[in-house]
Amino acid sequence: MAEHIIVDPITRIEGHLRIEAVIDDNGVITDAYASSTMFRGIETILKGRDPRDAGLLAMRICGVCTGTHYQRSIEAVENAFGVTIPKNARIVRNLLQGALYLHDHTVHFYHLHALDWVDITAALKADPKAAAAEAFNWTDEPWGVGEGELKAIQNRLNKFVEQGRLGLFANAYWGNKHYKLTPEQNLIAVAHYLQALDMQREASKMMAIFGGKMPHPQSIVVGGVTCVQDIQNPARIAEFKSLLTKYRQFVKRAYLADVLMAGTVYADEALDGTGSGLKSFMSYGDFKLDDTGFYSAKQLFKSGVVLNGDLDNLIPLDQSKIAEDVSHAWYKDGEPLHPYEGKTDPNYTGLEKKDDGFAYLKTDEKYSWIKSPIYDDNRVEVGPLARIVVGLAAKDEKITQYATGFLTKLGDKLGLGKAAPVSVVFSTVGRTAARAIETELMADVMMEWVDELAANVASGDLSTWTEFDFDTVSKDAKGYGMAEAPRGALGHWVVIKDGKIENYQAVVPSTWNAAPRDYKGRMGAYESALIGTKVADPKEPLEILRTIHSFDPCIACAVHIVDTKGRELGKFKVNTSCSI
Amino acid sequence: MADRRDALMKLFSAKGVKVNTNRGQEYYDNLLKQMQDRLNELEKTPAASKMDINSVLEAEGLNRRDFMKWASAMTASLMLPSMFTPVVAKAAELFNRVPIIWIELQDCAGNSEAILRSDAPTIDELILETISLEFNETLMAAAGHQAEEHLDEAMKTFKGRYLCVVEGSVPVGDGKGWCTIGAKGETFQEHLLRVAGDSAAVVAVGTCATFGGVPAAAPNPTGAVGVQDIVKGKPIINIPACPANPANITGTILHFVLTGQVPELDHLNRPKFAFGYRIHDNCERRAHFDAGEFVEEWGDEGAQNNFCLYKMGCKGPMTFNNCSVVRYNSGTNWPIGAGHGCIGCSEPNFWDKYAQERPMADTHFKAPTGGVEKTVDEFGLGLLTVAGIGIGIHAAISAAAGKKGE
Repeated sequence: MAEHIIVDPITRIEGHLRIEAVIDDNGVITDAYASSTMFRGIETILKGRDPRDAGLLAMRICGVCTGTHYQRSIEAVENAFGVTIPKNARIVRNLLQGALYLHDHTVHFYHLHALDWVDITAALKADPKAAAAEAFNWTDEPWGVGEGELKAIQNRLNKFVEQGRLGLFANAYWGNKHYKLTPEQNLIAVAHYLQALDMQREASKMMAIFGGKMPHPQSIVVGGVTCVQDIQNPARIAEFKSLLTKYRQFVKRAYLADVLMAGTVYADEALDGTGSGLKSFMSYGDFKLDDTGFYSAKQLFKSGVVLNGDLDNLIPLDQSKIAEDVSHAWYKDGEPLHPYEGKTDPNYTGLEKKDDGFAYLKTDEKYSWIKSPIYDDNRVEVGPLARIVVGLAAKDEKITQYATGFLTKLGDKLGLGKAAPVSVVFSTVGRTAARAIETELMADVMMEWVDELAANVASGDLSTWTEFDFDTVSKDAKGYGMAEAPRGALGHWVVIKDGKIENYQAVVPSTWNAAPRDYKGRMGAYESALIGTKVADPKEPLEILRTIHSFDPCIACAVHIVDTKGRELGKFKVNTSCSI
Repeated sequence: MADRRDALMKLFSAKGVKVNTNRGQEYYDNLLKQMQDRLNELEKTPAASKMDINSVLEAEGLNRRDFMKWASAMTASLMLPSMFTPVVAKAAELFNRVPIIWIELQDCAGNSEAILRSDAPTIDELILETISLEFNETLMAAAGHQAEEHLDEAMKTFKGRYLCVVEGSVPVGDGKGWCTIGAKGETFQEHLLRVAGDSAAVVAVGTCATFGGVPAAAPNPTGAVGVQDIVKGKPIINIPACPANPANITGTILHFVLTGQVPELDHLNRPKFAFGYRIHDNCERRAHFDAGEFVEEWGDEGAQNNFCLYKMGCKGPMTFNNCSVVRYNSGTNWPIGAGHGCIGCSEPNFWDKYAQERPMADTHFKAPTGGVEKTVDEFGLGLLTVAGIGIGIHAAISAAAGKKGE
């Protein structure tokens, strides 16, 4: 008989997420539901505030992709005011966001995702000498996994296990037969898990140099950036570059090598398309490469939409085609609406307690705090894979070069005699590989950006802020900040009247990916990606975690969608004035 | 004018809530005795984790001397005389006796992320490895039922002995039932009360868990509050800031190990060793404030010369925290260093009072009731407002004086 399972909490993510799945007698997932169970109401809180302060508060939507909401919010206001920032500010913002990519992607792979692929207990059985040799199969210059280091790490692990309490590693899925790495490969990955804990601290220093601190940097303002003393000091720029140089080595020699290793061992799952999901993708584009201003500058990541895996057909992005549907979300019903017109009244209908003592989602009705965004009436996936797919469809030189490079290495390891087919990226493994591919690209281009910043400052340009007359520009304005967070397409929409925020909407990456079904009953990206996955043991949600984590969920981001038109929210009457 | 000048003088000569770092020999002797007794007692309790600091040091190739250097720095940051160094070192060695259960409510995971970047000296990191972190959703391997089982097991095993660390606020108003956790659909409030109930003490990290933070900002759509408004009958330590500085989280845990008690707290339940400082008093730009040199707009000549950010809305004069001393990300930088004013993130209701880029005296506030906004005078923020205006006057006067000088 089919089994209906609940996985709550989904751990190793940001936020609160529940997955329910139906697994048939053959251990195959036949149905799945994603639900966010946390709500704060940040857009409501933003209303009525000074638009110049919105970024600080909007940033607190998420402490993991911290800084990216800060930039999008400030860009939305700059877009509304028609302000173009100086060159220094553009480069500093790119470097801040780039450092976030490096930090976030590596922390995601090693600390949030790796334990879905890597069995820590198996690493104890490894032969350190064989493991040190194994590492050379995946890179010519392995990072920190010589025999001596591996032996020390194994000893440390042994002591940890012997002392009896596994703490954060307790009660997990060790020994599950869907773990496929050899003991030696597991040991390499565990070594990098521990080394990455140190490395990520270094990456966060990069953000702190120009951002003041991390998480939650504090150096961006409407019109530019504030970190003048950090850019005019050559030693400070050099410090950034030195951290970046070292991190870039780690990305190439550890992260990319480990992803190639896991990608090869788990290649069957990539080739059979496990976790492929919607196969429709969207990217807003990001990282401005020149100073021509909003949505006209050349960008590192291209914008566009690819439907049904058709790489030959790139659809240009049009933000007016974005809408959000609430049929299965805990809000009062209404037509799908564009973010400028967002109309949402909380309507929590709760969970259903059953005799087995558990509370289940009412999946026929409403079952999540996340709305269902649609693009031109299509469900789409966003994230690193979407950026790679859109880049390939746009025939972007850099993306093609980095993606092809990885597929060639993978094809070589699999003994295909040629590059692995592009179609392997439509899978859980592909999603994880795409993240590593773009991390390498990011580390490389950031080296150029640091030099560009140093050269510009050296030429005497210390400008960091563009002046504007607040009272004039803030009378009646609206704008949007659309770009790419590490997790995918992120947009903030703001409506400003008489110097204050009148309406605020954020449609975030996990809104697109973690959304419930829409008004046509079509699944969201998580739900869709789970269908057809073979589960080794229905009691152990290992494969579910693997696919869900491949999206890098960030759920607090997704669950703050409240917007109102004259609705009553508790005892606070929120006035209507959204006329757009 | 005279009144205001008096208020200003009072402000800058007041003793405030600064930590008294010299309390006399008798006080420290008593405290030392108390700590030693506590540690002896703790030493007798069974270890939560058998891994001890010495084996970690050994595995990392560090020696006893490195460790003692760290202990002496930590002693100073806890504002204790150096004779406490051996006790602090011993407490660190006993770190593994205190299990920690870290739960997340209405949060952004910013504090979990912050503790990941725990400061240099890297020995802090090692200590964090040796405490018994039993439950943390952001980092733990197990999920779903297995995660819940492990939580139950840890709570039972360490009943009455673990520290309950809480990140995120608790909805108790309209949103009370809206947020759930676990397969049984436990509400955040039920979850908190259950986990805090069997703990030895509760540590609220970040401004959401301490004072409600972001979700509680006007108009507080879910009716969010901080932990201290819900949990009763337990020692509660507040470590605010957005996010909390990991150095202060580590310091607080260490103090608990040392004494079995919460550290000395201020009127907002914040440890005085961390929140006894006013940002303004230890600010690297303070000399420019005194000299009347201010940044007048972003990116101007003042900004290029690191002048005072008061006129750009810096709330350093109203904010108690040690960021100006400890800084962030291994001392790499801090917001004022990066040229942006302080937003008062360790103070209650800072989103509605301080988090904007204009000085207190000429800002507009969003009233907590969600009604019509008021200026600072109408709003009546009391003493702080007087202080804010007082400093505003000083800013104006000194700027004028500066111009005369030219």
